[in-house]
Amino acid sequence: MNIKLKKAILLKSSILLEEDKMTDPLIIKGIEFKSRLWVGTGKYKNFEETARAIEASGTDVVTVAVRRVNIIDRSQENLLDYIDPKKYKILPNTAGCYTVEDALRYARLAREAGVSDMIKLEVIGDEKTLFPDVCGLLKATEILAKEGFIVLPYTNDDPITAKRLVDAGAAAVMPLGAPIGSGLGIRNPYNIKIILETVDVPVIVDAGVGTASDVAIAMELGCDAVLVNTAIAGAKDPIMMAEALKHACIAGRLAYKAGRIPKKLYASASSPIEGMLI
Amino acid sequence: MRVKVNGVEMDVMADTIAKLLKELDINPSRVVVEVNLEIVKRVHFDEYKIKEGDSIEIVNFVGGG
Repeated sequence: MNIKLKKAILLKSSILLEEDKMTDPLIIKGIEFKSRLWVGTGKYKNFEETARAIEASGTDVVTVAVRRVNIIDRSQENLLDYIDPKKYKILPNTAGCYTVEDALRYARLAREAGVSDMIKLEVIGDEKTLFPDVCGLLKATEILAKEGFIVLPYTNDDPITAKRLVDAGAAAVMPLGAPIGSGLGIRNPYNIKIILETVDVPVIVDAGVGTASDVAIAMELGCDAVLVNTAIAGAKDPIMMAEALKHACIAGRLAYKAGRIPKKLYASASSPIEGMLI
Repeated sequence: MRVKVNGVEMDVMADTIAKLLKELDINPSRVVVEVNLEIVKRVHFDEYKIKEGDSIEIVNFVGGG
């Protein structure tokens, strides 16, 4: 193939990918997400690296945490100086909350900032695993949904809990692939698949992604989006990893929509038998 | 007066939230303030009087997953 033709095809395919991004948005309670790769802003070396990684990921939604302003050292910059809320949708979390009361308090503080009614609800049950306390999560989801929050609960990979969360008013469910920051990938793809069949709200894998293939697997399963933080921030080259995950997310989504072949135990030849000499 | 701000006991000159933020050199547009566990809306920062012994929390967004 000549180089000009090759370039034209590559250009066409990248335009198609861009078009696909435009025509295949994820919509949650009327909010349109152009990117299905969602990115956390924790654990980066500095705000500049955060901003560059987010840009490279192609995302349009970033998670943030609510914390005390440092009143002693006022030289510290503000995250929102680097992440423009007009360009990115801000998804605050309730990370670090171990009780329903604390999670409600953090969610209400986050909403008061005035950039989002969405809350990535975390009610953590255990310090070592950071697994969710599902009883607390259900309670907090119900209360916040009634208060008009768009609740996106971080949950475990249990389909029954996912269903209960939807019944409690969750706008989406965010099952973990593996413990937060572990990089173990999607440990139970079958449960994720069952969650996808069980609930009628978007399913966003949150936590556990280690590298590009994990994102692709989640998207190939049919998940609506994947949220990643540590896999990017902790990579040797976070900017390059952000770009890798962007491609993995698009590839996984396209593969899901294209419809994979069923897995079979035995071979089926790709070349015809007809016309053989022997 | 003596108040607690973000867990730190301190003496402040300010008698309103707006003045307190100015005294602490904090941009009011980027923060959320809670006094004794009640959120104070930004539009009320100018008029909201703080009292001796109040526990005030000033929070903002930081990097998180």
